[in-house]
Amino acid sequence: MQFDKPATTNPIDQLKVVGKPVHRIDGELKTTGRAMYAYEWHDPGLRYAYGYPVGSAFAKGQITSIDSAAAKKAPGVLGVVTTLDVGDLQKGKLNTAKLFGGSEIQHYHQAVAVVVAETFEQARAAAALIRVDYVREKGAFDLKAAMTNAETPDPSTEPESSAGDFRAAFAAAPVAIDAEYTTPDQSHAMMEPHASIAAWNGDEVTVWTSSQMIDWWRSDLAITLGMDKEKVHLMSPFIGGGFGGKLFLRVDAVLAAFAAKAIGRPVKVALPRPMISNNTTHRPATVQRIRIGAERDGKITAIAHESWSGDLRGGGPETAVMQTRLLYAGENRMTAMKLATLDLPEGNAMRAPGEAPGLMALEIAVDEMAEKLGMDPIEFRIKNDTQVDPENPERPFSHRDLIGCLKLGAEQFGWDQRARPATRREGNWMIGMGVAAAFRNNLVMPSGARVRLDQDGVVTVETDMTDIGTGSYTIIAQTAAEMMGVGVDKVAVQLGDSRFPVSAGSGGQFGANSATSGVYAACVKLRDAVASKLGFNSADVVFENGEVRSGNRAVALAEAAGHGGLVGEDTIEWGDLTETHQQSTFGGHFVEVGVDIATGETRIRRMLAVCAAGRILNPITARSQVIGAMTMGAGGALSEELAVDTRHGFFVNHDLAGYEVPVHADIPRQQVIFMDETDPYSSPMKAKGVGELGLCGVSAAIANAIYNATGVRVRDYPITLDKLIGDLPDVA
Amino acid sequence: MRAFTYERAPTVDAAAKAAAGNPEAKFIAGGTNLLDLMKLEIEKPSHLIDVNGLGLDTIEKTPEGGVRIGALVRNTDLAADETVRRDYALLSRALVAGASGQLRNKATTAGNLLQRTRCPYFYDPNQPCNKRQPGSGCSAIGGVTRQLGVVGVSDACIATHPSDMAVAMRALDAVVETVKPDGAERAIPIADFHRLPGDTPHIETALEQGEFITGVVLPAPVGGKQIYRKVRDRASYAFALVSIAAVIQPDGQGRVAVGGLAHKPWRVEAAESELPKGARAMASALLADSRPTEQNKFKISLTERTLGAVLSEAKG
Repeated sequence: MQFDKPATTNPIDQLKVVGKPVHRIDGELKTTGRAMYAYEWHDPGLRYAYGYPVGSAFAKGQITSIDSAAAKKAPGVLGVVTTLDVGDLQKGKLNTAKLFGGSEIQHYHQAVAVVVAETFEQARAAAALIRVDYVREKGAFDLKAAMTNAETPDPSTEPESSAGDFRAAFAAAPVAIDAEYTTPDQSHAMMEPHASIAAWNGDEVTVWTSSQMIDWWRSDLAITLGMDKEKVHLMSPFIGGGFGGKLFLRVDAVLAAFAAKAIGRPVKVALPRPMISNNTTHRPATVQRIRIGAERDGKITAIAHESWSGDLRGGGPETAVMQTRLLYAGENRMTAMKLATLDLPEGNAMRAPGEAPGLMALEIAVDEMAEKLGMDPIEFRIKNDTQVDPENPERPFSHRDLIGCLKLGAEQFGWDQRARPATRREGNWMIGMGVAAAFRNNLVMPSGARVRLDQDGVVTVETDMTDIGTGSYTIIAQTAAEMMGVGVDKVAVQLGDSRFPVSAGSGGQFGANSATSGVYAACVKLRDAVASKLGFNSADVVFENGEVRSGNRAVALAEAAGHGGLVGEDTIEWGDLTETHQQSTFGGHFVEVGVDIATGETRIRRMLAVCAAGRILNPITARSQVIGAMTMGAGGALSEELAVDTRHGFFVNHDLAGYEVPVHADIPRQQVIFMDETDPYSSPMKAKGVGELGLCGVSAAIANAIYNATGVRVRDYPITLDKLIGDLPDVA
Repeated sequence: MRAFTYERAPTVDAAAKAAAGNPEAKFIAGGTNLLDLMKLEIEKPSHLIDVNGLGLDTIEKTPEGGVRIGALVRNTDLAADETVRRDYALLSRALVAGASGQLRNKATTAGNLLQRTRCPYFYDPNQPCNKRQPGSGCSAIGGVTRQLGVVGVSDACIATHPSDMAVAMRALDAVVETVKPDGAERAIPIADFHRLPGDTPHIETALEQGEFITGVVLPAPVGGKQIYRKVRDRASYAFALVSIAAVIQPDGQGRVAVGGLAHKPWRVEAAESELPKGARAMASALLADSRPTEQNKFKISLTERTLGAVLSEAKG
């Protein structure tokens, strides 16, 4: 199905199932431990062996030799495969750093070997016996030091944009700010480690893994193993979190495949937690400069956002300036990204890449500007709202209700109670409120599905879509149920299998809207097949209550399907509506914090997000996405930072004791309100993504609340107490 | 983790004797720290002596009016004990500020004293560490040091002791009771129990090979306001940046031990005469010989400010 005109009325608009708070259909499997995650997959007929990975002990250089003799002789060991054994491998198309193979080391904890044994413990013990000789090379590990050599990245990343004459307008602006902000490297820190099982059958391999994008992994695994994609079968039905860390092929799948081949048995490989931060990808650190100029009435006349980030050679920039091209009006504007070469582990997508760190900076700058203008920050944002793409004013937004989010949020949160900076106290707590705009583009991806109707009237959806904890199973079931006129209990959903039609996968908050649209398209085909079989005219057929009706005739779906059943399969494809219309999602984040006047500890007291993201397919799973994202933003604001050892080139705090994500005690009452809206330009579902919107801007809202509480403006994340106490009132 | 042999000790004497001749033997109780370290091969015992069957899990009054806490009393039980909560509230508060409920259910009194540093370089076997591999060097110095020590540090090690419980015990003048393999008993004041790193940071306590902790004695209650204030980046499940264990008497005299600053709970009795003059004077005396890094020098002012808050609370 080609979606190239705004959606009109369609069966989804009935909203009998879609839009309802349906509990997760896979919830019981998860709460009872029966959902099989990658490492747990177990076929009683197979004798699994256990592979344990060995990571490089240095960041950059050449391996000269690997001595695995002692490991091979260790108890239970079945085999050792080293990076030298397999030689240079073709790198996956979507990988920046190579995962395995050859003598070159590009980053710390890059995989150099896998040791396979009868038990996990034997493999781990033997892995410690591997000896690697190497020649280290000097590397660049410090973004601030490397900034001077940063270059404009590849034009395909659209590194620069401008409109009007920023320089002149900024110089002429009566009110202006010019400030630098930094965001640190961050780790996805998902609960489930990267894990895979590989089993060979002749020259074909089946891999159970934890992947957000089945087809991307399948293609890149085939390339890396030098084999035909058709001979790679991937399974990833349940995923314990990804956040972008499982978008691209990872080494656990590669090691499992090599190890299984070497010993002739299925092999399980999971990355140990301390290896994950440096072996896999992370969100790169940024240095950002923002300049805003305005008239005294608050109208922005000039806005510029520049961002510096680093990556391995061949990598890309953290696209932290993108939202600034679209979020606020202003005739004179420019954005630019610069990329430095660093020899740290690969930087790549983490939830809301670009917007998350970009808004961490921009939305502090906007708060600073409002204060300088003597305006309320909400009023300032409303004054500079735009209904068109400010760089291309002929391009309207498909639907944009940022103002509605901010106004409703202000009312619900009690924004009028916000005091002047550093004036509200409760005991030892300095109390403050902050606000920030949330903004994230609505991306769409082609997405396919196959829908079967059987003689029992059961509708089965098959697609390689993944559910990374987001609720894909449930919203896909709701979509099929709505389209076929049955209850969710009559729908079975099978996901994450490369034998199914290729879907959007999970990433970029494109999964829910794209994948359900693909299911919609397949259901349209199935409805046609049902109507055609019954001799009904498709146009006036109604699917309702397990029946299909036309005029006075009604036939049970089960009967319509007959013994052979019926199948509909299709892929949603996207026309140029994303080009003619800017499609984005919007929100307002409101936060109240307390800062301990003596210690500078910040504790969040209340959070509210108001989101405008098209039709909400399921308010339970959507809310879960938003509060999860708000929690991630709390970590980003207050504690999360991969600490770089700039001498040796690695992230030092590479476990969950050292990399502090929020715990329950950090998270207060979180409220989420969804605007009641649809966006017919986005898809037949009229929905948009919401999985990343909740993260966008929230950290800045916390930063702004800290400023309001203390009067201390911190521009370097995370806002830890050491950055505050020097400026807090004397209490001794 | 390397292969190891394992035995359950039937008696305290047997436990001490089993460990006596074997420097690669370790006692195991709750295992909340040791097992993690064994998985990473930071600890590589060839023999484990399980002491969980030895009793030593009661809290009893002593004739001197104090309490004797068995070595195997779990942190949860110790924190919840009625006498401890009434007479040694400082200890109870310190315990519940540490770890998580699940860990406190397993962790024991003796094990808590013996937990090892959380220095990230100690935890990464690729990095030189004098504590993990004597003589290999300290990779933390000059590296990422925000969490690490500011006083009592050496050129060989700037690690901190991670315990909350031990900080409170230091302020309460606890005494660690032990039995040596030859049957000799010792009572080690907690001030002497943990060592500063010096040139031998791998030697962390006064214990000799095979010497077994049987319990910890707290002297008679000292009264006063007992405050444990732990400062950290997140609200739970994090090691202290700074923690203050204070016992403040109505006349302003008192005791202060500080966690998160040093290789041992940091207390300078001589500095306590400054306490009535306020936090600044006290902190200045307490941290007179500090040697912070650029990344952790904030701990100096944080200690002073937190102490200020504690003293205000004590007055209130």
